[in-house]
Amino acid sequence: MLGFLLNRLWQSAVLLVIVSIIGFVVLNLIPGGPLSQFALDPGMTQADIDRIAAQMGLDRPIVVQYFDWAWKLLQGDWGHSFRDGAPVLDVIWRHLFATLLLMGSSTVIAIALGTWIGIRGATHRYSTFDYVATVGAMVALSIPTFWFGLVGIYVFALKLGWVPAGNMYTIGDQSVLNYLHHLILPSFVLALVNIAIWSRYMRSATLDVINQDFVNTARAKGVTERRVLMKHVVGNALLPMITLAGMQLPSILSGALVTETVFTWPGMGRLFLDSLGYSDYPVVMGLLMFSAILVLAGNLIADIVVAVVDPRIRLG
Amino acid sequence: MTDKTKKATDFTRRNALTMMAMTGAAGMLAPNLLGKPAHGQTPPAAPTGRVIVGLSQEPTVLNPLMVKIEVDDGVHFSLFDALFRVTPEGEIVPNLATEVPSQANGGISEDGLEWRIKLRDDVRWHDGAPFTAEDVKFTLDLILNPDFRSWRTIGHSLLRDITVVSPTEITWRMETAFAPYLSFLTETFIVPKHAFDGVEDPNSAPFNSNPIGTGAFKFGQRVAGDIITLQANPDYFGDGPYIEQLVFKYIPDLTVMYTQFRSGDIDLIGRQYITPDNYAEASALPGRTVTLVPSPAVETIYLNQEKPQFKELAVREALYAAIDKESIIDALYYGLPTSAETFMPRSSYFYNDALPVHEFNLEHARQLLDDAGWLPGPDGIRQKDGVRLAFTNSTTSGNHLREQAQQFIQQTFREIGVEMTISNLPAAVIWGEFWAMSQFDSVIVGITFLIGADPDVTNRFHSGAISAQGGRGSNNSQYVNTDVDALLEEGSRTFDPEARREIYLKVQEHVRHDLPFLPLFADSNVHGRKEGLDGVVPNGNTRTESWHAAGWYWT
Repeated sequence: MLGFLLNRLWQSAVLLVIVSIIGFVVLNLIPGGPLSQFALDPGMTQADIDRIAAQMGLDRPIVVQYFDWAWKLLQGDWGHSFRDGAPVLDVIWRHLFATLLLMGSSTVIAIALGTWIGIRGATHRYSTFDYVATVGAMVALSIPTFWFGLVGIYVFALKLGWVPAGNMYTIGDQSVLNYLHHLILPSFVLALVNIAIWSRYMRSATLDVINQDFVNTARAKGVTERRVLMKHVVGNALLPMITLAGMQLPSILSGALVTETVFTWPGMGRLFLDSLGYSDYPVVMGLLMFSAILVLAGNLIADIVVAVVDPRIRLG
Repeated sequence: MTDKTKKATDFTRRNALTMMAMTGAAGMLAPNLLGKPAHGQTPPAAPTGRVIVGLSQEPTVLNPLMVKIEVDDGVHFSLFDALFRVTPEGEIVPNLATEVPSQANGGISEDGLEWRIKLRDDVRWHDGAPFTAEDVKFTLDLILNPDFRSWRTIGHSLLRDITVVSPTEITWRMETAFAPYLSFLTETFIVPKHAFDGVEDPNSAPFNSNPIGTGAFKFGQRVAGDIITLQANPDYFGDGPYIEQLVFKYIPDLTVMYTQFRSGDIDLIGRQYITPDNYAEASALPGRTVTLVPSPAVETIYLNQEKPQFKELAVREALYAAIDKESIIDALYYGLPTSAETFMPRSSYFYNDALPVHEFNLEHARQLLDDAGWLPGPDGIRQKDGVRLAFTNSTTSGNHLREQAQQFIQQTFREIGVEMTISNLPAAVIWGEFWAMSQFDSVIVGITFLIGADPDVTNRFHSGAISAQGGRGSNNSQYVNTDVDALLEEGSRTFDPEARREIYLKVQEHVRHDLPFLPLFADSNVHGRKEGLDGVVPNGNTRTESWHAAGWYWT
């Protein structure tokens, strides 16, 4: 187990270096750069822009810039945002909270509803419920989230007035209830796609298990159908879902770009988009490294958890 | 520029209240004495309520001297003061200074080189320290500090011998006479010297994240990616503030921002305002005041004069005649903008209203090209001396209205035998070297030509301002006209507004004649706010709707 872990850690480190090089090069290849936003300012001359580029070290060869950045990163210095001068880690942490809140609640909704729909679809295969769930999942998967978001805002916020039209909280009211009120619409909109994905996976995973010999054996022993389902079927069907959850961890933390924009949610997805728009290299690189680490960690954790819960992998 | 200096800022309701407070209990009663009348058409006695301003871009720097974008200005105008301010009418009035220097009042020497500025003695920084001439000197020095990431240095770079005469007086000499500098100073916010004591690198000073100003609002809190909160400064020396809290909220999508304006989540919709397609609907919203505000930006087609296609005046004239401006304005822009012939905003004192008026006339356009020897080739596209009259046109991709305008122009150009290929680029790409180093054939761009209210456009039209030819400036169409050069040089040396007006009227005549760019229209912005929010006045001489939040109040 230790050898397995060390091996995986080593692979992860190499991957991180490769990701950082590719990210840095591609980012710098984009023409324009962080100073082009000042080009239309009537009082800014090219000389001003060149001066600022030199002050920011952007006039150095890209290799020098990369090693400078990487060396500082190794020492724990993630750099400062080109936009507001704030430390990159601070910027990321501040947006992480918003994202965790939104993605956390939407994931809970997605897993709970998705698992239930999946199991019920499998145990009641070809029933009306199953057909509705299948078609519903297809619809949810094919219609873009921002459309659901805008329709949701129009119907539930503007027309019915049940929920706010966006934002994480009302300015001046930071109570928990206020946050929850603002969470309802975006987390359901965001959960929609994941419910579809989870329910489909869960349905097929359940179907894989439901007719296996050990399930039939349990039934033959006289175990109640409910107990068979809960203990033997669902327990085993959830195994592949752990891998799925591990793969979804980075997407949970990297945020939902579109939904965050539509709902004015100050999360990681929007931060990434904004930072790209401003060519804020330190923040973009910071986010890239952050999510790369999350992807690798997510996969690693999923592998470990699977190994722990599945004796065949642990012992085999 | 003017010596009408004693304005409302000198004696204000706030001063009156302060005096009452000093005389004792009257101050306590003041809210009842002066407070809201039944229908509330005057500002409240004490700052009351909160205003949330929506912005579609996130403000960047809090240090007003660092390189910044338009949307930062609203925050900076609220936190800080400059030596002068520019009114919506384009008049320069004192702010931290007590009078506007001019050659008439002796503040500026006859040769325009020696400047003397007198400062107010009743101003305190938000932390209580007094404001003095040392702060002004420090500010100007910081802008010129080669290690500091300062914003515009144009004008400031001419400063020599900045001398503090007394806490309320500062003098300097200018390398050359430069009249526009007065206007530049309206956008140069003064920062406190003591906030940088012992700071090694001004780029990372604590001040930059926790600014101290003299303005009507104090810095409250910044939540990255979300809001900036400012609190009323009860000791403000000028008029106001009348609201307790001013919040700038970042809403990254124009449609979403408009939705939040409808739903009432924001009280005032800031840059980039309401999109033209929502104007009609927004005007009918109950409880909202929606107004059309002329913007200083002019929508233009920049033609790169160094490209062989555009070297001849006849070609530029023909292209101009082949643009159906009226249809573009009415059909695509909902009739909101107004046709323009010049770079000067219509509201400016320097606006030339006697310029030839554009006429959409394809026949005339063809005639011009025929006469100039540009004749249709085998493929129907005109050519002359081996040069095909074909070029690319670029603009920011994703700007749907402009993309539609491009297609419209492309069609009418084709009818006169001109091939225009659309080649749009993302914002970060097009406004980089492609634009600055004149690598384009033609570009559709909305440009604010003036800095503040000053008519100087040396940066845009002087032959020495062509970056692609080693110059310093943004003459990106590579326009060269020695008469214009001479006029611009004269204009920047002339302080008398009447004399300057004559000069810039002529500059506009030249530019209209030479067509280094094809002027399309003067833009308008659709501003909106909640009913009951009063004191909001647009100012086309600044870049923000929040240039004077000190005067806002709820009724």
